[in-house]
This record gives sequence, C-alpha cells and structure tokens, in this order.
Amino acid sequence: MQAFIALVSGLIFGIGLLLSGMANPAKVIGFLDLSGAWDPSLALVMAGAIAVAFPAFTWARRCTRAWSGCALQLPTAKHIDRPLLLGSLAFGAGWGLAGYCPGPALVSLGTGSQPAVVFILAMLAGMGAHALLNRPGKALRQPPPAKG
Amino acid sequence: MNIAWDAFTPWTSLGGGALIGLAAALLILGSGRIAGISGIVGGLLRPSGGDRSWRIAFLAGLIGAPLLWQLFAALPPAQVDAGNAMLIAAGLLVGIGTRYGSGCTSGHGVCGLSRLSPRSLAATLAFMGAGFATVYVVRHLLGS
Repeated sequence: MQAFIALVSGLIFGIGLLLSGMANPAKVIGFLDLSGAWDPSLALVMAGAIAVAFPAFTWARRCTRAWSGCALQLPTAKHIDRPLLLGSLAFGAGWGLAGYCPGPALVSLGTGSQPAVVFILAMLAGMGAHALLNRPGKALRQPPPAKG
Repeated sequence: MNIAWDAFTPWTSLGGGALIGLAAALLILGSGRIAGISGIVGGLLRPSGGDRSWRIAFLAGLIGAPLLWQLFAALPPAQVDAGNAMLIAAGLLVGIGTRYGSGCTSGHGVCGLSRLSPRSLAATLAFMGAGFATVYVVRHLLGS
C-alpha cells in the first residue's frame, strides 16, 4: 500500500513538473538569470506547490500514522549548521550550471534525454561519494562533531 | 531587470506547481514520507537496507510520468545548453550538495517551506542565491 501510494505520488509529481515547464532546463535558467530577460514561472510553481502542500503538512503534524498504516516521518533536525548551508550552496551552483535539479532530471530521463543521462550518472556519483564518506561504521570511529 | 513576458507561463506553472504540491501531500499523508527527490534517491545508495520499496515505486512513477503524458499529448520542449563537461560538473555538485544539505528544491523548497521549517528556509535561500550567482557568472561574466 505504501509503495502503491508512492508510485501514484511520483506519477503526479512528474506530470506536475512537465506541465509547469520545470522539466525544461532552459526555463529554469530563465528564472535564475536575473539580469537577462527574467522568466518568473518557477516562483509560481513554488507558490502553487506550497499552497496545496501547506495544509497537508499542517494536518500531517497532528497524525502519527499515514493512511497506509506506516509511521508518519517528519524531519526532526532543527539546527542550521555548516553542512546544510555549504551543501545547499554547492547544490545551487550545480543547479545554475545546467538548469537541472534532481526531480526534473529524473523526469527528463523518462523522456529519453541524453544530457539527463550524463547529469544523473554524475549526480549518482556525487551522492555515492557522500554515502561512502558518511557510512555508519565510519561515523562511529570518529569523534562527534563539535556543537555550535 | 525586465520580465520575459513571452516565456512566462503563469497558469501552467501554477497548475503544475499545484500538482507537485498534491503529490507531496499524498506522499506524506498516504505513505508518511517527505517528497524530497534527492533524499529518496540518496536513501537507495545507503548500505543499510529496509524501506527501499516505496523509494523505488516513487522514482518509477517520476521517470514513468513522461510515458503517461505521451499517451495524451506531445512532450513539452526541453532545451539543454550545457555540454558534457558542464553536465558532469553540475551533476557532481548537485549530488554531493543535496546530500550534505539534506535536500533539494522539492525537499527544502516545497515540503520544508510548507512545514515552515527555518532549516529549509535557510537551505532554500542558499541554493537560490548560489543558483542566481552561478548563472550570472556563467552567462554574463564568462559569456558562454
């Protein structure tokens, strides 16, 4: 049941990305290029998404279980730390270079786009590098990160 | 700044965004998980097994969406200006950055902002700022 709902959610997510124009890297760059002819579309995509998701997350906060019966997992991290900011800066730089973020790149994979294949392979390599550097066994042998 | 009115698509972008929000709502209320694409993919690369099936199902839906779309309409145009070297650099930065930063446009930008999370607001401002700066440097200073 959980997997079936996830499949439907993924389909709706992908259709939304295609309809919104965000599966087109040139359109994303058109938003990120403030000093050119600016295309504000991406801001409306975010606004439309948040308008629908906000009530759902407000409701979700009062639930302990999802419809599928499994535990409802909301992020618990609160601290704004260095990995969050440096990681997000690196992500933004990569986003600006090609106009792909993970969702649109995966949807583009489904359209048979050649550049999306190259991007996704490199993205998986980057994620794999992070997974290797942060594997559970390794973390145990290192001192805990300093607070603050 | 001047607005590119010919490229601006307010209604389809708003409508597509609403569908993205609906998908995120369905995943949290139905499956109890955050619709953060980088987190969903990244979770598959961790050695510790477990909750893989919903991740694979979500990604199958995401990648399969263009096939469903094509049953009813032609795919919308997509243009990529980056060459292979740029695509590889971009992919590496996005892969490493989203994992250290715990999320991307969907996880922080849509779900996090909808949860009113200060962490996600900080991340969204950081990646948006870096995106604006990078495009400025690449398109206007280096002039590619």
